[in-house]
Amino acid sequence: MSGFMAVLQRDLRLALRQGADSVMVVAFFIVTTTLFPFGVGPEANILARIASGVIWVSALLAAMLSLERIFQADFEDGTLELLALSPVSMEMLVLGKVLAHWLTTGLPLIIAAPLMAVMLNMDQSGFVTLMIAMLLGTPALSLIGAIGAALILGARRGGVLVSLLVLPLYIPILIFGAGAVEAAQLGMSATEHLQIMGAILLLTLAATPFATAHAVRLAIE
Amino acid sequence: MHRFAKPSVFLKFTDPVLPWLAGVTALLIATGLYFALFASPIDYQQGDTVRIMYIHVPAAWMGLFCYVGMAICGAMSLIWKHPLADICARATAPIGATFTALCLITGSLWGEPMWGTWWVWDARLTSMLILLFLYLGYIALVNAFDDPERGSKAGSALALIGAVNVPIVKFSVDWWNTLHQPASIVRMDGPSVDPSMQVPLALMILGFTCYYFVVLILRVRLELNERRIRALQLSGMFDQRSDQDSNNEQNYDAGHNAEAKP
Repeated sequence: MSGFMAVLQRDLRLALRQGADSVMVVAFFIVTTTLFPFGVGPEANILARIASGVIWVSALLAAMLSLERIFQADFEDGTLELLALSPVSMEMLVLGKVLAHWLTTGLPLIIAAPLMAVMLNMDQSGFVTLMIAMLLGTPALSLIGAIGAALILGARRGGVLVSLLVLPLYIPILIFGAGAVEAAQLGMSATEHLQIMGAILLLTLAATPFATAHAVRLAIE
Repeated sequence: MHRFAKPSVFLKFTDPVLPWLAGVTALLIATGLYFALFASPIDYQQGDTVRIMYIHVPAAWMGLFCYVGMAICGAMSLIWKHPLADICARATAPIGATFTALCLITGSLWGEPMWGTWWVWDARLTSMLILLFLYLGYIALVNAFDDPERGSKAGSALALIGAVNVPIVKFSVDWWNTLHQPASIVRMDGPSVDPSMQVPLALMILGFTCYYFVVLILRVRLELNERRIRALQLSGMFDQRSDQDSNNEQNYDAGHNAEAKP
């Protein structure tokens, strides 16, 4: 546990000192969302209809773009090898790094999401559900994305590659995340969608650290 | 099974098998096509369009079959570190991707006259499309590294992770209400397809499966031969290099000695 906390604190401190990264993710999210009214026209009811999907897709892309940060710098300067030599299990260290990634990208996105929902004229009945769905969904995005980030360490054109690897695996979160908000807006219960999202989060939390740790070990072999 | 994991044993074993397997494949597909195109009845609703089924269903089956094969090879390469399992997984990916694409294309051609649309965002169609993306991601990942071994290992891990999609594709028509028809061949209460259509369908599925093994053997042999050529070239280069080095050394020694001599 001490190793987990040490890695978490280190990554958080690095992210805070180079604060631009988190701000960039949120800025990317806001700019991408802003593109849609230009693309589909500023008509209020069309925007309200697509708002939940647009917010989820933008959040997915923003989370994906920041994945490189989890391992890339540590891989290049050799920190990852030293971490692998430490007596703490790689799974725990990976979990610490993923939690740091979520705290610096997922959490700011959740805070920015209602703002964009207001700008896209989303119905107010969906706001709370959107926040809860993102609270359940974004950690799963970080957990799944970490596998992709670890697999591409040392690859050519890693950034483009990671999108091809990770986005297909993000689709279930997108389906149920957007579905939950839609159900709430139509006045139906979103509980089922949220329960499935909770199940996805628990499953990824239990399974992905092993896959990610394995991929990291492959990279530094 | 481990006995066959040696490349030399694989070559020796597949050498006599390959022509027979290729012959059986040609026979199965030829008779299957004859039955499918001429000797099977037309559907009372769909007319001749139903004949697309004899390509579409086997291609879909092969798309899933190849992915499962790839994931099993990936698991074997991660557990036992057989180099041959790596090569098999690598060789399977493009075949599976082609079959998946073929399934999507024939499905689209079939959907236009039957459903009135080339494409719907239906659970079965979408999950099949994701399967194609997973294949493409695997191929891109495997080829993205300078060290082919690293690429294969990363690919094996990805193939195993992506395997979660296979049951989703298979059962999507049972779990969701979709436009695509539910399972009609592998069912608890026996197939619901008429026997006159079952025969050509079974022939085509068997033929496609044999075709996969023929192409797989060819691709694995190609990869093994390429590796052998590369190894020979490398050893040839080293031999020349070491010859030159020793020559240089001699020259250097000679010059050195010449200088040292008064």
